[in-house]
Amino acid sequence: MKDKYILAFETSCDETSISIIKNGYKEIATVVLSQIDIHAKFGGVVPETASRAHIENITIVIEEVLEKAKMKIEEIDAIAVTYGPGLIGSLLIGLVAAKTLSYIYNKPLVPVHHIAGHIYANNLVKPLEFPLIALVVSGGHTELILMEDEYSFKYIGGTVDDAVGEAYDKVARVLGLSYPGGPVIDELATTGVDIYNLPLPMDDSTFDFSFSGLKSAVINLNHNEKQRGNEINSANLATSFQNRVVEILTKKTMRALKKYDVNNLVLAGGVAANRGLRERLTELCRENEIDLTIPDIKYCTDNAAMIGAAGYYAYKLGRRFDGVLKAKPTDKLN
Amino acid sequence: MEYKITTYNERETIEVAQNLESEKFPNMIICLEGELGSGKTMFTKGIANALGIKENITSPTFTIIKEYEGELPLYHMDVYRLNGNTDGIGIEEYFNKNGVVVIEWADTIKPILPKERIDIRFKVIGENKRVLVIRPYGQKYEDICEVIL
Repeated sequence: MKDKYILAFETSCDETSISIIKNGYKEIATVVLSQIDIHAKFGGVVPETASRAHIENITIVIEEVLEKAKMKIEEIDAIAVTYGPGLIGSLLIGLVAAKTLSYIYNKPLVPVHHIAGHIYANNLVKPLEFPLIALVVSGGHTELILMEDEYSFKYIGGTVDDAVGEAYDKVARVLGLSYPGGPVIDELATTGVDIYNLPLPMDDSTFDFSFSGLKSAVINLNHNEKQRGNEINSANLATSFQNRVVEILTKKTMRALKKYDVNNLVLAGGVAANRGLRERLTELCRENEIDLTIPDIKYCTDNAAMIGAAGYYAYKLGRRFDGVLKAKPTDKLN
Repeated sequence: MEYKITTYNERETIEVAQNLESEKFPNMIICLEGELGSGKTMFTKGIANALGIKENITSPTFTIIKEYEGELPLYHMDVYRLNGNTDGIGIEEYFNKNGVVVIEWADTIKPILPKERIDIRFKVIGENKRVLVIRPYGQKYEDICEVIL
């Protein structure tokens, strides 16, 4: 079979990223224009800044990725683009750029859901094997997805309030740590002791998660200790918080594997970079003979390589731009 | 005019939200302020539930704006990350799309807020105890407060 090359766009949040992926698993070239430095000083992603940076950067990134791949746009088979969920202004820029190229060069345009991309990041490590369960954890998402076949997604549970990465950011904010909160707390957690009595959130029979209550428990604890004139030990609190998060995520994931009789687990999303979570899942999967795939750290955060991987399978299934492809800030993966 | 309501648990906070929802009208603007964990999203869940929205209300912190279909559409925003920088986001467009607009951290975007609206500030008193400081702007919102408070 002739090789297929996908040119992929991902601009859903704070990255402008474009990739060229061969046959859904081979990364030919990726250019990421990380804007995290711009945002760090604001204590969060600044969408307006993000949008403006996208506009300025996207044409540069397109040229750069083609040059890096030593390819011409004519050699591309299809263009894949994230249509949602994400920040509307940011999404639109990637979408408009992809649509424009698709018209000019007469290439099929393939819409890709951001979460499908995160899951397919694992295809860049090794081919996905079905059925599988994906635990998708990031700043905007916390979801358990069942895939019985290629590019088929069934939502089995997710957060009812805050996403897990967001909980890390908010707890970091309370503790006066830097943004993003995930890596900082993960690092601190290796040095502390789990001494704080925090609840295991939403420890029930569903596959849903809740992190708002845990966040509130941290805020209350911090507040109460301060009022008593006690110093909060940030490392110990980070350890206690991270332990609860990891425990509930792994507990429900392992239960989902059992319930659906699935032996393949893939971890996805920015929080997949969390060392505490990776280690605990690796351990549990070894004990339970589950085949665990974790993407390389560089594919955990938002990147176009994963969109190119997912886009290849969507392309093969005949998914196309339907003439009214719009950015969808809050679309669920189905 | 300013109203103060003390709530002792989440249920009571949600009741206030439901009472407010019962006076809803298209383009109602509800502005929430208060520190992390003070109950802003919980309050929004109360409004969403009263609007008959089946979907779960999840935090809009990541996407800034989330939209839901109910008896009236609900536009739920968290503008904290904008850091007051609202250019090009299109927030103002939502003020006249005939829905109920709930804005968390609204105090950070004061310059673009409509003159007529209701502000609710959540003050954390104890673990579950909150004082809701409610301030209506404009006759319509003043009348609503007279009815429900």
